[in-house]
This record gives sequence, C-alpha cells and structure tokens, in this order.
Amino acid sequence: MLVHSIFFYFFSVIAIFSSLMVITSRNTVNSVFFLILDFISVGCLFIMVGAEFLGMIILIVYVGAVAVLFLFVVMMLNVAEQKQSWFIGKKSTHIPTGLIVSVLILLELLVVVGGWKYKDNVMSSSTLKLSNISNTHQLGLVMYTDYILYFQIAGIILLLSMIGAILLTFRQRKGVKKQSYFNQISRNPSSSIELKEVETNKGVKIDA
Amino acid sequence: MLEIGLGHYLSLGAIIFFLGVIGIFLNRKNIIVILMSIELILLAVNINLISFSIFSEDIVGQIFTMLILTVAAAEAAIGLAIIVIYYRNKGSIRVEDIYGMKG
Repeated sequence: MLVHSIFFYFFSVIAIFSSLMVITSRNTVNSVFFLILDFISVGCLFIMVGAEFLGMIILIVYVGAVAVLFLFVVMMLNVAEQKQSWFIGKKSTHIPTGLIVSVLILLELLVVVGGWKYKDNVMSSSTLKLSNISNTHQLGLVMYTDYILYFQIAGIILLLSMIGAILLTFRQRKGVKKQSYFNQISRNPSSSIELKEVETNKGVKIDA
Repeated sequence: MLEIGLGHYLSLGAIIFFLGVIGIFLNRKNIIVILMSIELILLAVNINLISFSIFSEDIVGQIFTMLILTVAAAEAAIGLAIIVIYYRNKGSIRVEDIYGMKG
C-alpha cells in the first residue's frame, strides 16, 4: 500500500506540474513537450490503478498521434513571433474574470470530492464485475457486444474527422501542370491523327 | 493520507480540470495552447471516469473513456486543420487578432 501511494504521489505531482507548465510556458514547443509528459504520467497512473488497456491506449493515441500532430502544426506555423504578450495587455479585463471562474470551479469540484467522504457507499451497478480476467478481456467482452453501436459510431466519427481534416486543408494550386488520365486514355486515332495530302514541291503547314 | 482512495484520484482530476480552464481563460498567446487546454480538460474527465470505474467495479466507465478518447482525437485533428487554414488565410493565429465574428 505504501508503494502504491508513493507511485500515486509521484505521478500525480508530475502530472500537475506539467499541466501547469503547459499553460504557462512561453514557448509553444515546450508546451507540447509538457503535454506529452502529462499524458505519459496520467497513462502510468491508469496502468497503476488497474486500467491497463486504457493506459496503453493513452500512450499510443495521445503521445503517439495527438501530441505529434500538435508538434507538426507548431512546426508548420510561425509561432515564434507570438511568444511575447501574455498577461501583458492594457484592455485585459477578462483575466480577473477568468481567474474567479476557474477558482470557483476548482472549489466546487474539491467540495464535491470532500463531500464524497461522508457518503455511505459507492453505488455499484451490475453490468460486469471486475473479476480475475484481465482488463483488456473485460473491455472486449462488453465493447463488442453491449456497446457495439457506440463502437461503430466512434468509427464513423473518426472517419468524418479524417475526411474533414483533409477537405479543410486541401488546396488546389493554380498553374500546375497535371496529367489527366481520363483524357489520355480516352483519345482515339480519329480525334488525334490527321492525314494530309502533300503536294510535290510544296510544304505542309503543321500548326494551322 | 497514505491510503489512496477514490478521493485522491478525483482531486487529481479536479486540479487538472482547473488548470485546463485557467489555461483557456488566461491565454493571450496563440490558439494552439487553448486546444492543448481542451485536451487537458478531457484528460481530467477521463481520470474521473476511470477512477469511478475502478472503485465501483464497473467496466462501463472505461468504455466511455475510450469513446471520449475518440472524440478528443477527432476534435484535435479538426481544430488543428482549422488553425492551419486560418493561418494560411490571415497570417496570424494570435488570439487578439481573431475577431472576425466580433465576439
């Protein structure tokens, strides 16, 4: 139990520190790196608490795909000139409002967590008890049977987002010569060959 | 203090959620960091769902975590695509410079 709590505090302190650095770092690339660190430590927490499959998925999907996507976009756009001016600004009236709202949200959440202590028991529903089969096995048992509709809808959402991202960033450049396969294949001799009678001692005008 | 229970995980989720919200409000830099704050918020939601799922011995929380993960990935892809085309058209993604809808 002691080891468990040591690991919990280790990973959660890293997670909180790195999420603080995500929002306060002056360089956007550093923010992305701290985001990766945050995802990794939360993934380790998930593995530690017993949700191994989702911890691994967090490592693969977030660190491997989403954070690298962020890194690519930061690399493509010129964000180096936008480093300055944060917290600085004359007409920044939204910062106290934002602070008040955020602190209120934190207090409300902590009050809920504190009040949870005096509740008698966590309600346990009976969909599938966590038993001695592995976490991935349990997820598979439920996900492909009871929740197959949600699974398919998630797939459709991913497909739609892929189509949307490609369609949004697609750009047709002007002045680029391209092959048109349809025109190449569909030409026939009658439309592309012309026979001419050549008279003696006279030339033929080719481009008429 | 040493016994790690549900409350510890919920507190961690609450703190990360709070940091995400504060990142959205306080950011004057560029809009990519706002997207990262949204990712932080979704991560906090995932922490809550998974800790409830583990401590109440019900697998459905993890299923919904997976669905939230899907939606978060789709949202990041679409949002970054919108940012790329906005930068291509306007040449800047500073938050103050984006006032096209007079909001």
